[in-house]
Amino acid sequence: MSKTILILGARSDIALACAHRYAGDGYGVLLAARNAATLEPAAQDLRLRHGVGVTLHDFDALQIEGFTAFLDALPALPDVALCAVGAMGDQTDSQRDPGAASRVLRANFEGPALILGMLAERFEARGSGRVIGITSVAGDRGRASNYVYGSAKAGLSAFLSGLRNRMARGPVRVITVKPGFVATRMTEGLPLNPRLTATPEAVAEAIWSADSRKRDVVYVKPVWRLVMAIIRALPEAIFKKTRL
Amino acid sequence: MQLSGWGRFPRHEVRLSAPREMSEIPALLAQGPLIARGMGRAYGDSAVSRHTLSTRHLNRMIDFDAETGVLVAESGVTLAGIIDAFLPRGWFPMVTPGTRFVSLGGAIAADVHGKNHHGEGSFGTCLDWIDLMGADGIVQRCSRTENPEMFHWTLGGMGLTGVILRARIRLRRVESGWIRQTIIPARSLTEAIEAFDQTASATYSVAWIDGVARGEAMGRSLVMSGEHAARAELPSSRRAAPYAIPPKRARRVPFTLPGFVLNPLTVRLFNTLYFNNGLRQPTTGLVDWASYFYPLDAVADWNRIYGPKGFLQFQVVLPMESHAEGLRRVLEAVSRSGTASFLAVLKRFGAQDSRLSFPMEGFTLALDFPINSRSLALMSLLDRITVDHGGRFYLAKDSRITADTLRRTDPRWAEFARMRRESGLNRHFLSAQSERLDL
Repeated sequence: MSKTILILGARSDIALACAHRYAGDGYGVLLAARNAATLEPAAQDLRLRHGVGVTLHDFDALQIEGFTAFLDALPALPDVALCAVGAMGDQTDSQRDPGAASRVLRANFEGPALILGMLAERFEARGSGRVIGITSVAGDRGRASNYVYGSAKAGLSAFLSGLRNRMARGPVRVITVKPGFVATRMTEGLPLNPRLTATPEAVAEAIWSADSRKRDVVYVKPVWRLVMAIIRALPEAIFKKTRL
Repeated sequence: MQLSGWGRFPRHEVRLSAPREMSEIPALLAQGPLIARGMGRAYGDSAVSRHTLSTRHLNRMIDFDAETGVLVAESGVTLAGIIDAFLPRGWFPMVTPGTRFVSLGGAIAADVHGKNHHGEGSFGTCLDWIDLMGADGIVQRCSRTENPEMFHWTLGGMGLTGVILRARIRLRRVESGWIRQTIIPARSLTEAIEAFDQTASATYSVAWIDGVARGEAMGRSLVMSGEHAARAELPSSRRAAPYAIPPKRARRVPFTLPGFVLNPLTVRLFNTLYFNNGLRQPTTGLVDWASYFYPLDAVADWNRIYGPKGFLQFQVVLPMESHAEGLRRVLEAVSRSGTASFLAVLKRFGAQDSRLSFPMEGFTLALDFPINSRSLALMSLLDRITVDHGGRFYLAKDSRITADTLRRTDPRWAEFARMRRESGLNRHFLSAQSERLDL
């Protein structure tokens, strides 16, 4: 039986880069996303380049009632589960429309946290497994420009921290990844500082390295750890007046 | 945004679209003229247009036959990706240029050549078919039997016939990732030309040429021929993993060097050291595929060494009748000019029968120069020498020749331009280069 990775939210650039990174090391890949059948070209590309098995699975992070059936239908419980589900939304829309805000909160927090939690339970019962959640530096401190998204990511970071704490004495490992800016479909057209911006391939490499080196929390570009440490250290009286 | 080719000259203000799916392209075509761009490794303005269509996301492999080595892939797939995927399974590109960071679409559009051109021809040799999207968004399969006219205009057509979406190519079976290289030192241009005659039966041959040496030593070269090494030729320690090569240290030019770093003095010094080192090396040895085919790929962003204004490459082919005299005139003009070419490559081409491709039987010479008034003046002189000796220019390297020079050296482009006008392609696919050259 070869090792496998389940990738949730598999359509994203980061997810596909991770799929290539793990497939390159011989992992079979389970790609899960809405309308999974449309990922067939990406799946075929993975098979041809890396000579691994790739299967497609319908998964909707907003349909939590479907999670158990989704997990039960997988051909086998994977060795690694990575959740790249996320949606930045639009902060202004989120401020005006509670429905839009709720979708951002659920897509970035509720869905990812619950599915990763359920996977961790099954991994624990089996006696092995790694859970990887992609959160964001935006969750390190709420800022005016994207605090709905940021608070959801903060929630996911806290959830993963607690899950890791709970699982620490057992066989399951939990990894939190905070990418910072990444040049992806989500950020296309935004003016990003190139020094703070990673490629999806660099994110995948950082995740791979964190997984193999048994790290807990990783920032993809180390400069972000410093940047966010400074931002977190600012007294609220000063922070609230900044425009970051 | 500002966009240029690999030479970082000229730069144009463009809009760059990078569709995720082919289905988005017809809507982009409807907005007006554009040119497709792969990895941006053409040196000049071939893949730069006011609206430029990047194929970087159209980079999926579609089918591979492990028995025959036939690969179907989207046009943004790179030769580097092909090597990564298939060399471990015993396959290598049949034709490859001096960098593996080219896209399949770019390799077809420029009909690139490699060190095996004299025996095996240009990239078209391994190309079975192309899926080409026209201005109307309709995709045509083009091959030597299906839509052959469009196939022949597209191979070497610099992306000016449509958007290359997919292609089928044939890979070469290899037993290892190693090349058995033979170095023949040649102390003059005459000796270099003779060395190519001696190595005519080799699969690969290319020469590093000292573009600065004068007098007797003018044209002194190291002619390097190569063969794919069989597994049995490897030292026993490598036979278990014949496709693996030692990991390379990643090197990168971290910032654009000041323009004065490469001057005639430093280039002359480097060339003398390099040539003398070549004389001392054993004449044959095993070299890994990356070092043999892609020495410059080992240094990321090496195009920054020429300073902030960028650089240009002069690459022409001179036919058999006049190559010796033409090469001598070019090298003399360079050595008199007070500017120096850091990278100079000489290669024998074999016969070529495709419609637009750059190669023809003869010798091709490629020289790199930093952009400055002296080198631009030298280029005008080299252009005239090329015209006088029946030579031809490589558009994938060109950033500055005139429409008149192109017409005088290569009448095939006038036919191409007429075809474009008559079919209306000239209203839908254009690059800064096609406008400059009136194609």
